[in-house]
Amino acid sequence: MNGYLQIGYAQTAVAGLLIVANLGLSAALRLDLGRRLVIAALRMSVQLLLVGLVLEWVFSLENPLPVLAMAAAMTAIAGVAAVNRTQRRFAGVYWSSLVSVTGAAFFVTGLALVGIVRVDPWFDPQYLIPLLGMVLGNTLNGISLSLDRFVESLVQRRDAVEATLALGGTRWEAAHDQIRDAMRVGLIPTINSMMVIGIVSLPGMMTGQILAGAAPTDAVRYQIVIMFMIASAAALGAFGIVFFTYRRLFDDHHRLRLDRVHKVAA
Amino acid sequence: MLVTTDLGRRIGEGWIWRGVDVQLMAGQNLAIVGPTGAGKSLLLRCLAGLDPADEGRIAIDDKPLDQWQMPAYRARVVYLHQRPALWEGSVEDNLRAVFRLAAHRSKGYDRSVTIRRLAAFDRDATFLEKYAADLSGGEAQIVALTRALSVEPSVLLLDEPSASMDATATEQAEELVARWVAESPGRASMWTSHDAAQVERVADRTLTLDGSRATIS
Repeated sequence: MNGYLQIGYAQTAVAGLLIVANLGLSAALRLDLGRRLVIAALRMSVQLLLVGLVLEWVFSLENPLPVLAMAAAMTAIAGVAAVNRTQRRFAGVYWSSLVSVTGAAFFVTGLALVGIVRVDPWFDPQYLIPLLGMVLGNTLNGISLSLDRFVESLVQRRDAVEATLALGGTRWEAAHDQIRDAMRVGLIPTINSMMVIGIVSLPGMMTGQILAGAAPTDAVRYQIVIMFMIASAAALGAFGIVFFTYRRLFDDHHRLRLDRVHKVAA
Repeated sequence: MLVTTDLGRRIGEGWIWRGVDVQLMAGQNLAIVGPTGAGKSLLLRCLAGLDPADEGRIAIDDKPLDQWQMPAYRARVVYLHQRPALWEGSVEDNLRAVFRLAAHRSKGYDRSVTIRRLAAFDRDATFLEKYAADLSGGEAQIVALTRALSVEPSVLLLDEPSASMDATATEQAEELVARWVAESPGRASMWTSHDAAQVERVADRTLTLDGSRATIS
């Protein structure tokens, strides 16, 4: 079992015809989805074709610098995207997100590359880039959900939080319920996907490896490693963002500083 | 006991109040009066250390606010929100939970004291089992007041404490606080109220906030 059937550009274009069926349906039912569907399909194709070219170029280099530059760019985009999905912001929120996502993703991916998969050289882009990408996508989700829930619940439950402070509670005692809740929400997608993986869903990476000719038992072990990485990075990232937000929205005088929060149209 | 010197707070360019000199002595009940938006709640929040002041000093027992650990300070100077904020759970959960805070852990919840305080509002032990979310606004204020008294503060900062209570409960709350202040040396209260008659009933002295001026009488 090795090797796989290659798909050429012509065959790819044929697959694009599948979208035409959707367009016909949209037109027939007057759903007005046609334009957005075409834009989305075009964006998807262009983005992936480009990233394919970039990856092929990066893979051909034997220098860690461009690989790390690409990793850094992916991480920065993830850090910004995590904040952009939330509605309430505070000064420094982007830095908090960047530090959280970088710390979590680099630590976990690095550990896996060197200690578990034992890639040689350690920066081999064939491993580094896809592993980091999967970790980033899930860390982004965790950070985004935890950040959103934490700030939102501080705003919603402001009176109860301040009641704790007013009765002599420390900022930690006042924020504890909200911190726990934010962490729980940030980890929901990860825990849910671990619960049903292999039963309801067959993860993309595993099916990809199987399509590429890997033995299913090998692919499954890879997937287990990946899931542990994802769970760990999402938790670290969520903890990071909640910690930074906590430090920012509760000052050293144990005051809740919601005056530092502003709402944006997301 | 609680002394402020030249206290001022601004929002943007304008001063909400300035030059506020309060001297709250043990055994006193001071009322803060003034039109809506004069910053009465804000003054109480500043005194509780929940909001920063922009100038001036706050001290309790000659020790400035910035030399206190805030939780220890707020264990002595307890602020009661205008909208009573209860935690999730029953009334008794609320009254018990406050003793899980590090600042009060040494004291411990005393059910009989609680029941005696609630009796002042004609509420018996069954009231303790009510769920906090089901309480009326006035009942929630009763619980919040009882909770604040239970941690044995020195100064109670009461922000419209009876705004949602009916006439009977209001009278009972006023009586309870007056008795609490008189009962033991080293206690005092500060009130805000829209009700001139209530100010008349509860206050020994009043502080009037009007525009940026503050006058004591």
